[in-house]
Amino acid sequence: MTRQHIKVLIVVVALAAIAIVVPNTNSFVILLTTRALAFSILVMSLDILLGYTGLPSLGQAAYLGVGAYVTAILATRYQFGLGYDFWLVVALGILLAAALAAIFGLLAIRATGVYFLMITLALGQCVWGLAYRWNSLTGGDNGINLRARPKFGIDLANEVTFFYLVFGLFALSLLLMYTLVRSPFGQSLAGIRERELRMKILGYNTWLHKYIAFIVAGGFGGLSGVLWAHTAGIVSPENVVLTTSVDALLMAVLGGAGTLVGGVIGATIVFGLREYLSTLVPWWQYVLGAVYVLTILYLPTGLMGIPARIRQRRALTGNREAMKKMAPVTS
Amino acid sequence: MNAQFWLTQAFNGISYGALLFLVGSGLSLIFGVMRIVNLSHGSYFLLGGYIALSVIWTTGSWLLAIPVAALIVALLGVVMERLFLRPLGFDPLRQVLLTVGFAFLFQQAALDIWTGNNFDINPPDALTKSIVVGGLYLPLYRIFMIGMAVVIGVILWLVMEKTRIGAAVRATVDDAQMARGVGIDTSRVSMLIFSLGALLAALGGVIGGAFLGVYPGLDFEMLPIAFAVVIIGGMGSLGGAAIGALIVGLADNFGKALFPELSYFTLYAPMALILAVKPTGLFGRE
Amino acid sequence: MTSTLLRRLGPPLLGGLVALSLTPPANAAEELRIGYVAPTTGIFAQVGKDMVDGFQLYLDDVKSDFGGAKVKFIVEDEQAKPDTAVTRAKKLILQDRVHLLVGGLLASSGYALAPVSTADKTVYVVPVSAADDLTQRDLAKYPYMVRTGWSSSQPSHPFGQWACDQGYKKIAAIGADYAFGYEVIGGFQRAFEACGGQIIQKIWPPLGTKDFGPYIPTLRQDADAIFTLMVGPMSLQFPKQLAASGNKKPVIGGGTSYDEFVLPSMGDEVIGHISALQYSAALQTPKNEAFVKKYRAKYGKVPSYYSETNYTTAQMIHEVIKNNKGNFPGAEQFVKQLAALKLDTIRGPVTIDDMRNPVQNIYIKKVEKKKMFGYDKDELWNTVIKTYPNVSQFGQFNKDEFLKTPVYSRDFPPCKFCN
Repeated sequence: MTRQHIKVLIVVVALAAIAIVVPNTNSFVILLTTRALAFSILVMSLDILLGYTGLPSLGQAAYLGVGAYVTAILATRYQFGLGYDFWLVVALGILLAAALAAIFGLLAIRATGVYFLMITLALGQCVWGLAYRWNSLTGGDNGINLRARPKFGIDLANEVTFFYLVFGLFALSLLLMYTLVRSPFGQSLAGIRERELRMKILGYNTWLHKYIAFIVAGGFGGLSGVLWAHTAGIVSPENVVLTTSVDALLMAVLGGAGTLVGGVIGATIVFGLREYLSTLVPWWQYVLGAVYVLTILYLPTGLMGIPARIRQRRALTGNREAMKKMAPVTS
Repeated sequence: MNAQFWLTQAFNGISYGALLFLVGSGLSLIFGVMRIVNLSHGSYFLLGGYIALSVIWTTGSWLLAIPVAALIVALLGVVMERLFLRPLGFDPLRQVLLTVGFAFLFQQAALDIWTGNNFDINPPDALTKSIVVGGLYLPLYRIFMIGMAVVIGVILWLVMEKTRIGAAVRATVDDAQMARGVGIDTSRVSMLIFSLGALLAALGGVIGGAFLGVYPGLDFEMLPIAFAVVIIGGMGSLGGAAIGALIVGLADNFGKALFPELSYFTLYAPMALILAVKPTGLFGRE
Repeated sequence: MTSTLLRRLGPPLLGGLVALSLTPPANAAEELRIGYVAPTTGIFAQVGKDMVDGFQLYLDDVKSDFGGAKVKFIVEDEQAKPDTAVTRAKKLILQDRVHLLVGGLLASSGYALAPVSTADKTVYVVPVSAADDLTQRDLAKYPYMVRTGWSSSQPSHPFGQWACDQGYKKIAAIGADYAFGYEVIGGFQRAFEACGGQIIQKIWPPLGTKDFGPYIPTLRQDADAIFTLMVGPMSLQFPKQLAASGNKKPVIGGGTSYDEFVLPSMGDEVIGHISALQYSAALQTPKNEAFVKKYRAKYGKVPSYYSETNYTTAQMIHEVIKNNKGNFPGAEQFVKQLAALKLDTIRGPVTIDDMRNPVQNIYIKKVEKKKMFGYDKDELWNTVIKTYPNVSQFGQFNKDEFLKTPVYSRDFPPCKFCN
C-alpha cells in the first residue's frame, strides 16, 4: 500500500469512529462536534485556496455569512426551507456564495501574496459592513433568530439526527474536495502554488484556474454557512467579523495547510480549547493566543506535517551517521 | 445644508483624518519597508491609550503621558520585531497569524491589567474649550489633533528626505536587495521602522484617547480603518498616508452625515476597488 | 520541541474530552443549580463582571442558602456572541443539568437564549436583555421565560410625559442605530407626542461611533431640548463633543447614557443632564444605601443598574424557592410563581405583569456633583428628582392597542414633524 492509501484509510477509519462514538456521548459533546464539523467545511474550503493554490484569504467568512443569512432570511421571512425545501436552501446557499465569490474573484485574483490578503480582508469587511448596517434585511446587530430546525421525514431538532446530517454533508464535502485536488485540475493548482510563472509559460491559464478555485471555495463556504445557521439557531454579524476569517485561517495552518483533513483537526483543537478550556479557567484567551504564536513559530507545516518532519529529521540524522561512517579517518 | 454645515463637516473630517494619519503612517511605513501585514497595529494604538492613562493616574500629567506611552510601546515593537517577526522571514501568512495571535494576547492582558471599564483621557482644561470663528464652533482639541499630525508629518518628512537614516529607509522601501548591496543594514532599518510604526500608533492612541475613549475592542475597531488609510494612500509612502488619511477622514465624515445606512460600505468598497485596480494604493511604489 | 509539546498537551486534552463525555448527571434534590450566562471575556467583560458580581453579592449575603437549598452558581462566558451564548446555555442545561438559566447581556443574546429555554423546557430568567418584544409580541413563543429587569421602552413612556410637563414642545433625538436605540427613543416619542410634544428630528449614528462630528452640526436649532440614547464608549464621547460644539440646550436621555457604569469616567459636561431608568445608585432609601456601601466596599465601584438588577433577580429567585421550602417546583410552576411575585427590592417595589415583565418605579434622575452616603469626595451622582410608581412595559398606554402597533423601529413611530 502506498503512503497515500494509508492516509486515506486512516481518514476513513477516523470518520467511522466519529460516526459511531460521538452519538453515544452526551448531548453537549454531540453539539460541539456538530459545530466543529460544520465550521470545518469552511476551513477545508479555505485550505483549497491556501494549501493547494497558495492564495491566503482573509475573507472566507463572507461566504459562510452568505449561506447563513440566506438560510435565516428565507426561514424567518418566507417560511422557506423548513421542510423538504431545506435542500433547495442548501443549493441556494451554495450558489449565492459561489456567485459572490465570482464577483469578488474578479477583483481579487489578480493579486498575490500580501495584496491578496489585503483585498480579501477588504471584501470581507464590505460584507460585514452590510450585515451590520443593512438593518431591514439582516436585522443588524440583533441578528436573525431561526426558530426551528427543518423537518422532512426526519426531525432535525433531534441533536443526534442533526449530527448525522452535518456529518454526512461534511464527509461528502471532504470527498468532493479530495477528488478535486487529486484531479488534473487540482494538480495544476498545486503547480500554480509552487511556481506560477512556470505554469504560465507552459501555457496554463493560471488566472482561470485560480478564479475557479476561488469560486469553488466560496461555494463550500456557503454550504458551511447553511449548516452553521441551523446549528446555532442564530445568525448575526459576528459570523462575518474579521476574527472569524482569521480563525479559519489559523485552524487551517494549525492542522496543516494543503492536507484538507488538517483543517478538521485544527478546527477541533481550537473549538475544544475555546469551549472546553473556557469552562475551566478564565485565562483561556492567553492559551489561544499562545497556540497561535507557537504554531506559527514552530509548526509552520501544522500538526499534519509532523510525521513528515520526523521523517525528515530521521533522514538527516541517518545521513549524518552514514557520512560519518564514510568520512576518511585522518591519520 | 448651509455653508456652515459644510465647513463644520469638512473641519471635522480633517481632524479625524489627522488622527488617522498618526495610526496609518506607522502602518504604511512598516508595510513599505518590511512588507509585513501587522494585525497588532490596532493593539499598539490601544495600549498607547491605556499606558497614558496609567501615567496620568500616577503622575497627574497628561503632557508626560504622551512621550512615555509612545516610547514604551515603541520598545514593545522592538521586542516583537526582534524576537518573533525576524525569525519568520518574509512570509505574509505567518506574519498575519503571528501578529493576530499577539493582538489577542494584548487584548486579554489589557483587560486583566486595566479592567474593561470605558475610560476617557482628559486633556488639560485649556484644550477642552472651543473657539468661535465666523459663527463656527471649532473645538480646540480638534485643532490640536490637526496640529500634532502636521508637526509629526513634517518631522517625519524631514527625517525621510534630509537625513541619512531617512535615505536608508527610502532605499530599503524601493529595493531592499540593492540597499543591502550598497551596504545598508536593512535589518536595522526594519527594526527602526517597526518601532517607529508602533510609536506612531501609540501616539495616535494617546491623542485619540481624549477623542475616542480607551476601551476594549478599540484595537480591532481601528485596525481595518488604519488599513483603509494605508491601502488608499499607498503603502510605504508618507505623503500617501497623509492623503489617504484625509480621504478616509472626509469620506467617513460626509458618508455618515449624508448616507448613514451605507456607512461602513462606503469605507471598504473604495478600498477594495483601489486594491483591485492599483494594489499598491494611490501613491504606493512597487 | 514540537513532539514534547504534543506529548504534554495530548493526555490532558484527551482526558478532558473523555471526562466531558462521561460526566454523570447530578441529581441532588437539595441543590439548586443556577446556570448564568454573561460575557466574562471580550469587549463587554466589565459589564459581564458587574452582572456576575451583583448576583454573587446576593449569594454571599445569604451564604448561598435559598430557603434550605444550597445554590450552585455556574457562570459561563458568552463573549457577547449570540451563538456562543447558545452553546454555553446548552452546556449548562445538558451537561450541568441546571434548574434555572439566567443572564444574557445584549438583545441578541436574549433572542438567542429564549428559544433554547423553550426547546429544552428550562426556566430562563432575564435580568438585563431589554428587547421589548421578548415580553410583548413574541411572548407566546417563550413559555419558560420571565424577565426581572426591564424593557427598553419602559422608562421612556413616563419620561415622555415628564418632558411635556417641563414645557418642552420640540425635541431632537439622537441615538445609537440599533434596536435598543429605536425602542428607547420610540417609546419616548410615543409618549411625548401623545401629550402634545413634537419629535422634530431623529438621527442615528452607528453603534460604536466615537466621532460625532458628522452628526452634531445637523441638530436642529429650533429644538427645545436634545434627547440622546448612548451606550458604552458612545456615552462618554457624545456629551463632551456636544458641549464643545457650543450647545446650550437642555440634554435629556435614556438611562444607559448616564448609568453608573459610565458615570465615573464622565466629566462636568454631564452635570444637569436628565435621564430615566428603574434604578439609580443615588436612590435615597436605606435599602439602597446599604447596597451601594456594601457593593462599593467589596468591588471598589458604585453599583450600576447591571449589578442591581442581578442582585434583585437573585433575591426574587430566593423568594420563590423559599416559598417551596427549598425545593425546585419544576419549570412550569417556577415560572408561574415567579410571575406572581410581589417584592420590595433595592430599586423599590416590583411585581411582574401578566406578560412576565416587571412593573416597577421609574426614576427621573439628574446628574449632580455632590457628596453622598457619607463618602467624603464630590462625585457625580444621578439624583432622583421624580418617581413614577407602578410603571409597566406599556406605561400609560392601553396594552391591546399597544400590541396592535408594530415594535418600535427606525421608522416607527414615524417622524411626522421631521422637516
